[in-house]
Amino acid sequence: MHIFANPNRFLGIARPLTPWLGWGGAVLTAIALLSGLFLTPPEQLQGESVRIMYVHVPSAWLGMGGWTGIAVASLMQLVWRHPLAAVAARAVALPGALFTAICLVTGSIWGRPTWGTWWEWDGRLTSMLVLLFLYIAYIALAGATADRAGGSRVAAIFGLVGAINIPIIKYSVDWWNTLHQTASITLTKNTIDPSILWPLPIALIGFSMLFGGIVLMRMRALLAEARIEARLKRMADA
Amino acid sequence: MNHWPFIIAAYAITIAGLAGLTLASYAAMRRAEARADAVRKSR
Repeated sequence: MHIFANPNRFLGIARPLTPWLGWGGAVLTAIALLSGLFLTPPEQLQGESVRIMYVHVPSAWLGMGGWTGIAVASLMQLVWRHPLAAVAARAVALPGALFTAICLVTGSIWGRPTWGTWWEWDGRLTSMLVLLFLYIAYIALAGATADRAGGSRVAAIFGLVGAINIPIIKYSVDWWNTLHQTASITLTKNTIDPSILWPLPIALIGFSMLFGGIVLMRMRALLAEARIEARLKRMADA
Repeated sequence: MNHWPFIIAAYAITIAGLAGLTLASYAAMRRAEARADAVRKSR
């Protein structure tokens, strides 16, 4: 990671990578969503509403992955004082919040025909809602306490402490007897029929590439704004 | 119950959210990099 400590070196990689992630992610996402809509069969119990899984599950994974990224970047900022760590954490926050919100909304839409309710205060749904509130608080805190490129220690500590919610989300369906089903896919088991499952990995890769592309774009914007501020300050001092 | 209105709503919200944030991030990046270039050239 320290090879990216020089922003110019980072930009040399980020500039060509951004369109690849953006367009590649858009194409894979389109393939996955169209396949999910038209090429997979309805599920035996859920019926047609199982198709919402192709947008809900990748959003949930990226909402949690986004905060994990913030926590790792915060650790790098606090321990190693990596110059790009705070920029990366700030860039991840908004797409992370968006994916968390999409997960909550699409889950609620799926819940109405499947469970008969839009919302239930169960462990998984509530801990995911807490994650959205954490993202909103982080965005406000980082925006209020950081200069453009410099990091905010308060936001970094908040990013680390907030990571405690990630295992709570993950294990909420095991710790509490909730309406939300337990994990269908783990490292050792899969309870989804392959005829329904196959578009899901494509959606996960597509969504992840889009997420990466958005993060790179936001990092490039933050770094450009930092260059403007530094240049204007030097001109004012001269 | 017909599930398709729920499916269409879920997909529409997801696509609108992703497209909106992608375009907004792209516009913000282009604007900031153009300003940075302009400031650098105005030395």
